[in-house]
Amino acid sequence: MSHRVEAVGSSARAGAAVRSAPQAIGGPGGGWLGAVDPRTRLLGAIAFAGVTVALSSLAALLMALTLAGAALLAARLPAGPTLRRMAMMDGFIVFMLVLLPFTMPGDPAFWVFGWPASWAGLERAAAIALTANAIVLMLLSLVGSLEPTTLGHALARLRCPERLVHLLLFTVRYITVVEDEYRRLRRAMKTRGFRPRTNGHTFRSLGYLIGMLLVRALERSERILQAMKCRGFTGRLPLLDDLRYGPRDVLFIGTTVPALGLLLTLDALYVGLV
Amino acid sequence: MHIVDGALSNAVVLGGGVLAVGGLALGLRSLTLEKIPVAGVLSATFFVAALVHVPLGPSSVHLIMNGLAGLVLGWAAFPALFVGLLLQAVFFGFGGLTVLGVNTVNIALPAVLVWLLCRRGVASADTRVAVLTGFVGGALAIVLTAVQVALVLWLSGDEFLPAAKLVVLAHVPVAVIEGLVCAAAVTLIHRVKPELFGTLAAPARAA
Repeated sequence: MSHRVEAVGSSARAGAAVRSAPQAIGGPGGGWLGAVDPRTRLLGAIAFAGVTVALSSLAALLMALTLAGAALLAARLPAGPTLRRMAMMDGFIVFMLVLLPFTMPGDPAFWVFGWPASWAGLERAAAIALTANAIVLMLLSLVGSLEPTTLGHALARLRCPERLVHLLLFTVRYITVVEDEYRRLRRAMKTRGFRPRTNGHTFRSLGYLIGMLLVRALERSERILQAMKCRGFTGRLPLLDDLRYGPRDVLFIGTTVPALGLLLTLDALYVGLV
Repeated sequence: MHIVDGALSNAVVLGGGVLAVGGLALGLRSLTLEKIPVAGVLSATFFVAALVHVPLGPSSVHLIMNGLAGLVLGWAAFPALFVGLLLQAVFFGFGGLTVLGVNTVNIALPAVLVWLLCRRGVASADTRVAVLTGFVGGALAIVLTAVQVALVLWLSGDEFLPAAKLVVLAHVPVAVIEGLVCAAAVTLIHRVKPELFGTLAAPARAA
C-alpha cells in the first residue's frame, strides 16, 4: 500500500519537475546566472563536461566539483532538491563503484572476506564518482535551471536540426498533459482496488494502462494536427524570443575559460608530479 | 540503465556519439512535418511510461518500454527516445552529458532492431500472433539494451567485466516484466486502435 502511494507520488513529482523545473527551483531571472544567455549556459555546460572527463587527478576533479558547486550557488537553485537529484544518480552507479576496487588489479588497500581491494580501483571509483557528480551538478545548475521551452529555443539558435527542436518542444508541451491523464487513470484503477504487486495481474493492468495512454495520445495528436492546420500551420514553429548576448555573457565566458584552463593545468601538473 | 560521465573510455564515448548522430539523422528523415505532432505526443507518452514503477519483490523497477516505442515509432524512436534522455539528463540529472550518445544508442538501437524484426508480427490480424510478438519485442529490447550496456562497459576496461555481467543478470527479470507489460499493451491496442502500429512506423504514405 505505502509502496504504491510512493510510486505514484514519486512519478508525479518527477513529471512536474519538467513542467515547473524553473518555477519550482529558482528559474530564469533568479540568481547571477539569470542574465546569462541560455546558449552561453548550454555551451558552458558542454565545455565543462568535455574538460572534466579529460581530467585524471583527484585534486583537479575535486576542483571541478567545487566549480559546479559555485555554479549551483550562482544559479540560486535550492541546494536540497538539487543535491538530492545528484544523490539519486549516485544510487544508480553505486554498485559499479563498489565493485571496482575488487576487480582492478593493484596494491591491496584492505580485504573484505578475503577479497583484496586495490588502491588503483579505489582511486578509479573515486574519479568516476567525482566526474559524474561534477558534470551533473553543473548541468543541473547551468541548463536545468532554464525553462524547458527556452532550452528548445537555445538549441534551435545553436543550429540544432529544426525537426529535432520541434520534437523536443512538442514533447515538453505534452509530458504534463499525458502525465495528468496517467494520474487520472491511475486514480481510477486505485478506486477499483488496484494494488500493484509482483504478479501477472499487475503487469497486464499496467500494460493496458500504457496501451490506453498510447491510443489516447494518437487520438489527441490527430486533434492537435487538425487544430494547427486550421490555424495555418506550415510546418514551422516561429521562435518568438530573440536571444541576445550581453555583457553578462562576456563576464561568464571571461571566468569560465580561465577556470577550465586552470583545471587542465592543475591536472597536467599533478599527473606530471606523480 | 543510465551510464554516467567519467566511466567510459574516450573511444567508446566518441563511437556512441557518432552512432547516435547517425541514428538521429535517419530517424529525423522519417519525421515529416505532418508527423511531428504525433511523434511528439507519443514521445511524451513514453517519457511518462518510464515514470511507472513496477513492484519487484521488496524493491521496484521503472519501465523502459523501448521495445514498444520501437514498434509504435519505427526509426522515429531514435529522436523520440533521445529527447526523453536529454530531458532526463538536464532536468533530473539522470545519466550524463558526454555519455548522452552512448545512452541514446543503448536505448534506441534495440527499439529500432525490435521494430525491424517484429513489425510484421505485431500488425498481424491474428491477435495471438500480435500479442506473442509484443512479448518477444518487449523482452528482446531490454535484453539488447542490457547487452549493449555490458558491452560498452567491457570495452572501456576489463575491470568493468564483473559489473557488466551483473548488469545483464539484473535485467533478466526486467526483460520478463517488460515483455509481459508490452504484450498486454499490444493486446489492448489491437482491440482498440490497431492502426497505431502503422501511423508512424509504416513506410511514408500520404496522410
